[in-house]
Amino acid sequence: MAGGAPDAGGGTGSGSGYRGLIGPLLLPTWLMIGIFMVLPVCLMVAYSFLTKEFRGGVEWEFSLAAYDQFFVTRGLFGDEPPSIEWTYITIFWRSVWQAVIATLFCLIVGFPTAWFIATRPAAVRGVWLFLITIPYWVNLLIRTVSLKFLIRDNGPLNEALMSIGLIDGPLPLVNTNLAVQLGLFYSYLPFMVLPIYAAVERYNFAYSEAAADLYASRWVILREIVLPIVRPGIVAGCILVFIPAIGAFLAPDLLGGAKTFMIGSLIEEQFKGSLGNWPFGAAVSVILMTLVLLALLIYARQSARGGQR
Amino acid sequence: MSNAVDIRSVVKRYATFTALHGVSLTIGDNEFFTLLGPSGCGKTTLLRMIAGFEDVTEGQILLFGQNIAGLEPNHRPVNTVFQHYALFPHMSVIDNVAFGLKMKGMEAATRRRRAAEVLERVHLSSFADRLPSQLSGGQQQRVALARALAPEPKVLLLDEPLSALDLKLRQAMRVELKQLQEDTGITFIFVTHDQEEALTMSDRIAVMSAGHVQQIGTARDIYEAPVNRFVADFIGETNLLEVEVARIEGGQAQVILPGGHRLACAAAGPSVGRQHLSIRPERLSLVPKGGNLEAVVERVVYLGTDLQILARLDGGTEMHVRLQNSTRTEVPAPGTKVGLQIEEGAARLLAD
Repeated sequence: MAGGAPDAGGGTGSGSGYRGLIGPLLLPTWLMIGIFMVLPVCLMVAYSFLTKEFRGGVEWEFSLAAYDQFFVTRGLFGDEPPSIEWTYITIFWRSVWQAVIATLFCLIVGFPTAWFIATRPAAVRGVWLFLITIPYWVNLLIRTVSLKFLIRDNGPLNEALMSIGLIDGPLPLVNTNLAVQLGLFYSYLPFMVLPIYAAVERYNFAYSEAAADLYASRWVILREIVLPIVRPGIVAGCILVFIPAIGAFLAPDLLGGAKTFMIGSLIEEQFKGSLGNWPFGAAVSVILMTLVLLALLIYARQSARGGQR
Repeated sequence: MSNAVDIRSVVKRYATFTALHGVSLTIGDNEFFTLLGPSGCGKTTLLRMIAGFEDVTEGQILLFGQNIAGLEPNHRPVNTVFQHYALFPHMSVIDNVAFGLKMKGMEAATRRRRAAEVLERVHLSSFADRLPSQLSGGQQQRVALARALAPEPKVLLLDEPLSALDLKLRQAMRVELKQLQEDTGITFIFVTHDQEEALTMSDRIAVMSAGHVQQIGTARDIYEAPVNRFVADFIGETNLLEVEVARIEGGQAQVILPGGHRLACAAAGPSVGRQHLSIRPERLSLVPKGGNLEAVVERVVYLGTDLQILARLDGGTEMHVRLQNSTRTEVPAPGTKVGLQIEEGAARLLAD
């Protein structure tokens, strides 16, 4: 604009003045994405194809050993014909299941919670959201350990249940799937509540009135009007819970036992002390990431198709 | 004639205020009935009570003789056109229109055909597969209308359906709505704050203010014979003159106008003393000499079809006069002394 130089198409002329600045202005963003997102992922992928160094760390020599270890077994002494290694796939599968169940739990509890908060008067919604987020000011490790203290054999939960005579002996909760579930649920519930809350808060209740006016019962209104309209919030919540849950290691480590060993713990072990195996840890991470990305891609494809209808 | 809706001393109280103070009115079958009033007068509350979105604090609402107090909205044979349409954003136009039929259990093929028919009637056939967000405001309005008409309700409730449209479209829709009501024979209950809308479409109008019904009548009734100052002032334009009622004889009042002239007109009640006289601007004419009132022309406003003359009486009261803008109209210059002649029978005394 400055100078008012006569150029053809005033619109493009005034735009190009700013366009010259876009490059430098975007630099911090690119640096941020480059250093904290692209570079670490590249490193991870690269490490998964390197050779393991015995005291932890890597030797810069290409190797497929990490992937071979994940998928293929040659027996205890490495002298049998290669066959599929089920150990890690089983752990993987278990993790997916745990994460799916945790996501469902969070959804079942999170949706009504978010609905409740979003339908309160505007002035008190903030208070409710505040209450939901308060526990998350405390470190996850401390919260998980506290949970273990609460549910252990002579912890407050079992003591209380026994003192009112509901049970005779303590419920064996620690080191079970249920305990891991509880831990995951407790860790990630707000990630479900907040996006659903945001969606429900934007929901126009005139739609519900219109549907009721057109002879829809409450249940039908929920199914045919409310859920489709707030679906983006529900999907966001599920993704935000599922992804950290599938890679979680604190809850499984502290609350679970050998039977609940999960993929997050497997990765964690590879980077701890001299027993670790960095390329293997990186390879498991790459496999996990690929799986999650694939799932998201399939979802995005499907919802794009649904939106065009 | 059976009554479509019978509203009996309905009261609506909220925690801190009362929205309706004992409203009673009956709406006939096949009637185009309008609830007219400024915002906050309770007209929308009354409509929402008929639809079932608000509870009735006291009183009864009968629909074709049946008390609908305990019925949920989805069990009432009425449909609503919402002010901001509330079209389901995730459904195509035809699915929106067919929704009520689907809920009534009509099978897919039949309800699609029926929805297409209704869309045809509002001239939107070619938009059946679009999403509401892809339509203009006027088109969305007609989809909302089609959606509410499709299940063939006995009573259609319309909550300021034209308020979001521009003037041209609004005027066209008035004609279309009235036509639709006559064709379908459905009772329309129309809520608006726009008096012109009310006057042009309605069989009868209830003028409301502050939770009370002020007057019920035809457009002509409420315009020509307003019962109180609020109605006279709210409907159209009027000159309100404070006058002295000298005596009343056989329903005729002797009124002393400002300036001393006397005028005979229908009495508003048995009492004499100071009262208000309402005279519509188009019922006044300018005369060079004489007339009922003496005034000085202050300003002439050119309105196209009309001329508006602002004249001031001796006592300082401003009077509006409307003259039709014809080639023969003589336009007085500001500052001219003129007489104002009240058309015979056009002045109305108002009981406050």
